Amino acid sequence: MTVDEAALDRAFTALGDPVRRALIARLSRGEATLNELAEPFAITKQAISRHLQVLEQAGLITRSRDGQRRPCHLVPSALEALTSWIDGYRLATERTYRRLDAVLDSISGTVKEQK
Amino acid sequence: MSGTTITARPGTPFIEVIREFAAPPAAVFRAHRDPDLVKQWLGPRDLEMEIFEYDVRSGGSYRYAHRADRGEFFFRGVFHSVEDGTRIVQTFEFEGAPGEVSLDTTTFTGLPDGRTRMHSRSVFPSVEARDAAVENGMRAGITESYERLDTILDKER
Repeated sequence: MTVDEAALDRAFTALGDPVRRALIARLSRGEATLNELAEPFAITKQAISRHLQVLEQAGLITRSRDGQRRPCHLVPSALEALTSWIDGYRLATERTYRRLDAVLDSISGTVKEQK
Repeated sequence: MSGTTITARPGTPFIEVIREFAAPPAAVFRAHRDPDLVKQWLGPRDLEMEIFEYDVRSGGSYRYAHRADRGEFFFRGVFHSVEDGTRIVQTFEFEGAPGEVSLDTTTFTGLPDGRTRMHSRSVFPSVEARDAAVENGMRAGITESYERLDTILDKER
């Protein structure tokens, strides 16, 4: 797999901004329209719209059409990656222990074969 | 599968890790004692592990390296006390931060259904040393998250 540096940069630039992190946090509780997302912020709707474009281009959110509404959705797998990113230490440790799980599996497999 | 529980309270020099495994304590202990098994799981995924010494008994010592494109990292310590199948007390030092030695106590407790609860507690010489260790671990996690995010972005394209 070739690493698309541009895509990675977009995603992590997107996550580097506090407004965009707040938008992600809001969307993790459910879909929301631009108006709903803009409400708690003291910045213009246009600015929020630009933030949403960045998140969309980064593959972190999608927009659907529902009549007049165009709600934004979080990409669930992207949320998982985001959570892991914040909780990186736990993730690293859990990864290590999943490999230990596999080692333990192979040990018990050997024991069964010997029986 | 139950995940890993980590407690690292701000302003303390401790890290506590609790994790359950679907194998009895003897097997989990063996995976910590046998260098050929240790090599298969210890450390970040993208790093090659080379063991120079791994002598898991009271008074024994260990030294190993993790190798990656971005460099190599050496670790060493001694096993202060080893109780077969139940407990390992060891020192741990990243040679890149000499003198910042932590004392790690790992216990293996058998659960009724043939599982094991592993409890590990690390005591660092300072809060700063503890925070630095968490930071380094986090960086490894972030690297893996980058890879995962890369996969996700590939799928979404």
